[in-house]
Amino acid sequence: MPLTESLRNDILAAVPSLRAFAISLSGNADRADDLVQETLLRALANIDSFQPGSNLPAWLFTILRNLFRSDYRKRRREVEDAEGNYAKTLKTQPSQNAHLEFEEFRGALEKLPQDQREALILVGASGFSYEDAASICGCAVGTIKSRVNRARSKLAALLYVDGAEDFGPDETVRAVIGGSGG
Amino acid sequence: MKDLKSQASKSTTPGKGGLTPEIQSRIGHQLRAMYDDVVRQGVPDRFAELIKKLDAPGGAPQVQTDGGSNDNNNGRD
Repeated sequence: MPLTESLRNDILAAVPSLRAFAISLSGNADRADDLVQETLLRALANIDSFQPGSNLPAWLFTILRNLFRSDYRKRRREVEDAEGNYAKTLKTQPSQNAHLEFEEFRGALEKLPQDQREALILVGASGFSYEDAASICGCAVGTIKSRVNRARSKLAALLYVDGAEDFGPDETVRAVIGGSGG
Repeated sequence: MKDLKSQASKSTTPGKGGLTPEIQSRIGHQLRAMYDDVVRQGVPDRFAELIKKLDAPGGAPQVQTDGGSNDNNNGRD
């Protein structure tokens, strides 16, 4: 379809989530913005192939995901090098405890196989249905469901080995600072 | 009756992969917190500019291609 003003606005509205998806995938803010830029250029160049009335965010996410995939291997070393880059993208610094927890979570996320990570992000963070996520990743709905389940299990194993009671530093902090209990 | 009972116990025991609902929701919460932190940054200028440019009569910007064949300046005059 032609690039109408409303379509242009819709594309613009999708940019924040495209960036969030790109950063979650690549773990690198600069790389993520390059990916988004490339995605937008591709989308605009191929806007005629967009079906009016179909899911625009899903279409844009598909382009971004395929771009990321296509040079993932080339970039892999670079991406792994980018530790700490993500923190620079934060507008507000979370409190120190929250920040540590946040870094730990991000680190665990990056340890997931790429298939599982993208499935978890699309369903768990971007808010796509299993069906949309399957179409974005070009696989069956059942495959997405099992990837999401495996991703959650692996994250839980990496982060909360001791189970649900291990809910953060409170207990430890109390034990260290305290001793005032007796 | 039996159904109710089994459903109730399901919600407190680990589901697939040994995940308790508590851990599942915690993972979901952290994932969204990380993601939404970027979403809240809005649209950076470079992208707003890029999309605005499409208003121009020139239409869509050209996607850069690698080494086009038109630029072989072979020096013959």
